[in-house]
Amino acid sequence: MLLEVEGLSVNYGQIEAIRDISFSVEEGTVATLIGANGAGKTTTLKTISGLLKARTGKITFDGVDVTDMPPYDRVKVGLCQSPEGRGIFPGMSVRENLEMGAYVRTDRKTAAYQEDFDRVMTLFPRLQERIGQVAGTMSGGEQQMLAIGRALMARPRLLLLDEPSMGLAPKLISQIFSIITEINEQGTTVLLVEQNAAQALKRADTAHVLDSGEITRSGTGDELAGDDSVKAAYLGGSV
Amino acid sequence: MSDPSVPKPDQGMSQTKLPRIGIAYKRPKTGLGKKLRALPKPARVALVIVAILLVYALPLLELPIITTPDSDFAGVLFTMSIYVLVALGLNVVVGYAGLLDLGYVGFYAIGAYTVGMLTSAHGSLPFLVVLPIAAVVAMISGVLLGAPTLRVRGDYLAIVTLGFGEIIRLAATNSDWLGGAAGVSNIPSPPNIFGDDGLFQIPHLVWHGAEPLIDLSHKTKVGYFGVLDAVPYYWLALTVVLIIIGADILIKNSRVGRAWEATREDEDAAELMGVPTFRYKLLAFAMGAFVGGLAGALFATRQSFINPQSFQLLLSMLFVAAVVIGGQGNRWGVIIGACLVVYLPERFRDLADFRVLFFGAALMILATFRPAGILPAGRTKRAQKLRAELTSLEEGTSEGGANA
Repeated sequence: MLLEVEGLSVNYGQIEAIRDISFSVEEGTVATLIGANGAGKTTTLKTISGLLKARTGKITFDGVDVTDMPPYDRVKVGLCQSPEGRGIFPGMSVRENLEMGAYVRTDRKTAAYQEDFDRVMTLFPRLQERIGQVAGTMSGGEQQMLAIGRALMARPRLLLLDEPSMGLAPKLISQIFSIITEINEQGTTVLLVEQNAAQALKRADTAHVLDSGEITRSGTGDELAGDDSVKAAYLGGSV
Repeated sequence: MSDPSVPKPDQGMSQTKLPRIGIAYKRPKTGLGKKLRALPKPARVALVIVAILLVYALPLLELPIITTPDSDFAGVLFTMSIYVLVALGLNVVVGYAGLLDLGYVGFYAIGAYTVGMLTSAHGSLPFLVVLPIAAVVAMISGVLLGAPTLRVRGDYLAIVTLGFGEIIRLAATNSDWLGGAAGVSNIPSPPNIFGDDGLFQIPHLVWHGAEPLIDLSHKTKVGYFGVLDAVPYYWLALTVVLIIIGADILIKNSRVGRAWEATREDEDAAELMGVPTFRYKLLAFAMGAFVGGLAGALFATRQSFINPQSFQLLLSMLFVAAVVIGGQGNRWGVIIGACLVVYLPERFRDLADFRVLFFGAALMILATFRPAGILPAGRTKRAQKLRAELTSLEEGTSEGGANA
């Protein structure tokens, strides 16, 4: 297992956001957490990336206990999150944003680095067109692409994606999801948090349903997509 | 998927040549900067040297119109240099790291008092030894203030620093060891290592209309720090300013500068990219305090007398005003801002009490018409330009992919 989460609980002050969550992500797969607004999806992801502190529980990444590791060190072991919404650096250009993504890397002048840059450009040709543009002036979809591309520049082993489809037009949503599949096929493990359950389940190897801070169902993406209660609650009755 | 402006992910690589990644931090230059860059390198170096010499020579040239008629121009230039130092230091904190510090006068006071304590009140160390000590003491106080307070964000930090500035002043007022309300006097000038006549003497100019004459009765002794002539103090302060500008250029273009920028724009995102934001904020605070202490130390040695009244809260506001007016984040902008904040009230001293009113009005006009400062930081300008372009695009033809 690349990532193992055991008995994780997180509080916002007195309020318990997630309670005793356990799941794991196998190397090379796409895992997804689906659930309604406020179910604790983003909280879970932020705790895995280190932005939030766990009250109890343990997070193990590739056999290393990272529960108490600050976020800036988790990047170095290969955990990188693309933040929700417009989590890019708005005043920097697209290129500078991507360079920030590689901030912890020391191989900036090597072919490996250029290769990763080329890979992002191939995945997101739109970013290549806008390479010199100030990131804050791009559209929501482009900013989302940039956030994912920037996370890839850290060459993560596990890519954490927080609501990549949020606020996007339907045709862009399917485009973003095919890119996520492509990233996974190139060898990066993906943990995806989504409200768009239909798309997420279609792409995921394993899936977990979060409800009011607890995991209520787990299974493969297909299993959950075919499950009647999941259908009723998150897929609007039909896939 | 029929939208032509949204290319499919499998295109691209084969069609266009991929841009190479530059490690150097390139910023688009505009106006004067662009013209300067177009010159061959020797010409550029020569131009910079001439400009620097001109700035050094300003108090000797006594240029009409520019020179302040009612106060000693060299003295005004010295104060301007001190404020430029302060603005450069505060710009690291406010402009680069994005931390609003309203108590910067505290570090300035600590620098000045360190000089007062070690050269007059409780010791008699030479000034050149005390100058770096003062800066380091201020830097340590910056770390002590920053370590617990930099965990709070935004407005709260402004309030905490505001309190700090006042605490320093009140501590000085109420501590006899620090001189109390009476302050510290007899702070010595820098040592006159070249004797009482200085290294050599340079005459000033006098102007008869548009015609300059060399005034042999009015000479400045180079390297002699006396009570009457402020010119050597100005040269000393200007030298320190130039060194700090050099350091500023180096650090802004380094990884540290990048980390500050990322922290300022989105702290969480910066952490996720591997930037230990707290450490970098503390570093900005410490470096800002170091420069502030340096400025305070220079102020103390020229003034030869300091008391708590010299470090009013209003001074902190004036420092922030200099940075904001000039254009926070742009070192040349904040230098201009600092010069204006000192120069304007002195130049128009003959307006008597009204000068403060005019000064206030000038600040308001600047804030209204140049909200990002006289010389905004490069990316602020770029962002504005692009936003305007985008708006005109959206209003003009409704391009399919523009709102994707």
